[in-house]
Amino acid sequence: MRTLVLAIALAAFWLALSGHYTPFLISVGILCVLITVLVAQRMNIVDKEGQPIELFAAAPAYWLWLFIEIAKSAWSVTRVILDPRLPISPTFTKVRASQKTAAGMATYANSITLTPGTITTGVTGDVFEVHALVKGNADDLEAGGMDRRVSQFEGTATAASERKV
Amino acid sequence: MEVIADVISWCLIVPGCFFLVTGALGLLRMPDVYTRMHAASVIDTLGATLLVLGLIVQAGLTLVALKLVFVLALLFFFGPVASHALAQAALHADVKPILAEDRRGRDVDPGPAGSAGSKEEPSS
Repeated sequence: MRTLVLAIALAAFWLALSGHYTPFLISVGILCVLITVLVAQRMNIVDKEGQPIELFAAAPAYWLWLFIEIAKSAWSVTRVILDPRLPISPTFTKVRASQKTAAGMATYANSITLTPGTITTGVTGDVFEVHALVKGNADDLEAGGMDRRVSQFEGTATAASERKV
Repeated sequence: MEVIADVISWCLIVPGCFFLVTGALGLLRMPDVYTRMHAASVIDTLGATLLVLGLIVQAGLTLVALKLVFVLALLFFFGPVASHALAQAALHADVKPILAEDRRGRDVDPGPAGSAGSKEEPSS
């Protein structure tokens, strides 16, 4: 199933990037897709972590939410930069990630980093070390709003199938 | 029709440029490597997104627009990886961050999932 999705995605990617639909280029494309899928399978990376198809359906809604968060915090960082007093208060903090799968935790860590004003600098078990530009950003993360949203995103995807503990 | 597309795309490209310039200004103003990374993240998230969206409107419904979407996706998946690697490298090299407050000793109780958000307030 995952292999099939990977093959279809790769084939679509090839067709989209190439833009030339001659028999020769298409057959070369099919060959490339087959080789890539074979290598990926031999490397054992076509699994729940490398190809999280469960997350695909819920992804657009999450991305939209994340983009709005990014826009809001990018604006607040912009205001800090343009403020003549440069009112920064760099803070290091720790937050606990409540996600259950590796893909979910990676999503959370990357979402923190993507949001301007916070960067995940380290992961120990399920505790993230986060550097924040202003104290308020650290407070928001500690309150756990984003953590819950990511868990919800992960939960809608894994509720049906078994959950990795 | 052409005019409308132009107006929309410029309404995206000009704010995008504004955020790029602000991010660059932030890079110069911030005091240390970690705070500079925060300024840079304004560039590669909001700035780049607005620019690329503006270019997509210019491209219309073509393969070029699709490729621009790929560029955006690439930025969003590799940007945080690069930022994270940079921050880790700086920490490993013992670059001391300028801190107003260090909460790394904070107690994050290893209770059941979701306990980190005990303050219960849907921030956003």
